[in-house]
Amino acid sequence: MEVALAIVIGVLYAGGLYLMMRRNLIQLIIGLGLLSHGANLLIFTAGGLRKGGAPILAEGEKAFSALPADPLPQALILTAIVISFAVTAFALVLFLRTYQTLGTDDVDAMKETDT
Amino acid sequence: MILLPVLPIIIPLAGAIICMFFRKNRRIQQTLAVLFSVGMLAAALSLLMHVRGGDIAVMNVGSWPAPFGITLVVDMFSAVMLTLGSLMAVVVSLYAGFDLARGHIRFGFYPLLLIMMMGVNGAFVAGDLFNLYVWFEVLLTASFILLALGGEAPQLEGSIKYVTLNLLSSALFLAGIGILYGMAGTLNMAQLAQTVQEGGHSGLVTMVAIMFLLGFGIKAGLFPLYFWLPASYPPPPLAVTALFSGLLTKVGAYSLIRVFTLIFSTDPDFLHSLILIGAGLTMISGVLAASSHYEIRKILAVHIVSQIGYVMMGLGLFSHLSLTGSIFYLAHIIVVKTNLFLLAGAVHRLKGTYDLHKLGGLYKERPGLSILFLISAMSLAGLPPLSGFFAKFTLIMAGVQQEAWLMVVVALAVSLLTLFSMTKIWAYAFWKPAPTPLPDLQPIRPVAWIAFLLPMAGLTALSLGMGIFAGPVFRYAQAAAGQLMNPAGYIQAVLGGG
Repeated sequence: MEVALAIVIGVLYAGGLYLMMRRNLIQLIIGLGLLSHGANLLIFTAGGLRKGGAPILAEGEKAFSALPADPLPQALILTAIVISFAVTAFALVLFLRTYQTLGTDDVDAMKETDT
Repeated sequence: MILLPVLPIIIPLAGAIICMFFRKNRRIQQTLAVLFSVGMLAAALSLLMHVRGGDIAVMNVGSWPAPFGITLVVDMFSAVMLTLGSLMAVVVSLYAGFDLARGHIRFGFYPLLLIMMMGVNGAFVAGDLFNLYVWFEVLLTASFILLALGGEAPQLEGSIKYVTLNLLSSALFLAGIGILYGMAGTLNMAQLAQTVQEGGHSGLVTMVAIMFLLGFGIKAGLFPLYFWLPASYPPPPLAVTALFSGLLTKVGAYSLIRVFTLIFSTDPDFLHSLILIGAGLTMISGVLAASSHYEIRKILAVHIVSQIGYVMMGLGLFSHLSLTGSIFYLAHIIVVKTNLFLLAGAVHRLKGTYDLHKLGGLYKERPGLSILFLISAMSLAGLPPLSGFFAKFTLIMAGVQQEAWLMVVVALAVSLLTLFSMTKIWAYAFWKPAPTPLPDLQPIRPVAWIAFLLPMAGLTALSLGMGIFAGPVFRYAQAAAGQLMNPAGYIQAVLGGG
């Protein structure tokens, strides 16, 4: 399972970075999205994949009979998803506004501020 | 007393929310922003007093004990950054009332400023890595909007570069956090420090360290990751640029110093040498790029990069004295750099341009403004007896002590080139006669002008004071660096008994 997820993460990162290096703003934002999905899956995988149940003790129990799933990575990922959702929404508006103002979605044409 | 570390986060949040109620009224908004910034400054100052003796203030939010709950930690380094950050918020919100167009205020400049301060302060007090990430996102989101506020073409272009690279750096940072959690099973910085030190150094730790170096390096503007900075800092309204220059790259530098003294300090031969090389190249490339520009904002913005190089030089040398120099230098540039930007804004308010070729003769017209600029510029270049001299002197002493001769030569040469850039602004904008007489945009009454210059005069006085009373400042920085060099105190304060 880890190997499969590692490959998925690798593909997400590669795809994300490839898209970010394209010239189109839409591809840039899809690339950013893929990248953050890759990071989320990485946290999930690095946190350990277990088949245990929820880490909640039933009444009267003092210890877990089997090692439960680690809830912390999921909490981290949830936070990260919310953040990346908000940031992506903002980036979309920014890109739309840029397209309307500059009349282009080609990153190569945005060199005014570089010199 | 126990709630003290959370105040620098809560005060700006409350301020931002209350500001939102007065969207239409710029006067009330400004008064509120100044008041809440002053409150934030008061909280930061009382924290500074609290930790002055070498204590570390720790707060477990919701009383969940340390490695499990959210921990806020304030040591001397955090406290000094909190204080200076809040001071910049006060100064910039005072300044913004004069300088910003109505539209910027209506679209929420003040609430955004306060939200950004909340993120900045949160990053300074965060006691675990994931919280640091969240605070970074808070301050970044606010800064994205501030940067694009007004929506002019160069601003939007700059914003796209800034947004993209910062999201990339956040993704790297997040991935590093994930791998670190998989290795150590914790994200509490104190416990991580313990685990990493006990585990000795392994390849995986070094790899994660590099991910953090890249992530924070992009935010701090380290070579070769700083190329977004000259593109995105100059275009927005000057109040925004000044605030960013004083705070944002410095939060990156703060985080680098924090994680590379606390957690990744087991392999200084490789990691800190890498930082040192990066620091040298950062200084050189920043100062060379600056010398080719003829626009005040651009020159100052590119100089941010070379200043970050000095701070990182202290981290790279990794000794008590060099970290003292880094902290001193950070304090010095936060004050001086923000002040220089604000003074450039004052020039723009008078003449409507930042172009050195068009400006001239300002010394004759406005001697007060010119003197303020001269003092700050010379302080940036590092002339005694100003604050920059002692900060650079400490760093160079540390370099000599460790026989890092190449670094010492680079630091001195870059200092000389900084002097060149600053005298260039001085000679072109203030000294030479104007090529074509440039009338004031609109007449300003002398009283209003003096009120406008007051915040800048305050910052200049602070910079002078840091130079004249360099002894106490140095001793404070030394004590703060002592805490950083000896993480056992931090670990014990957080985990208790450890």
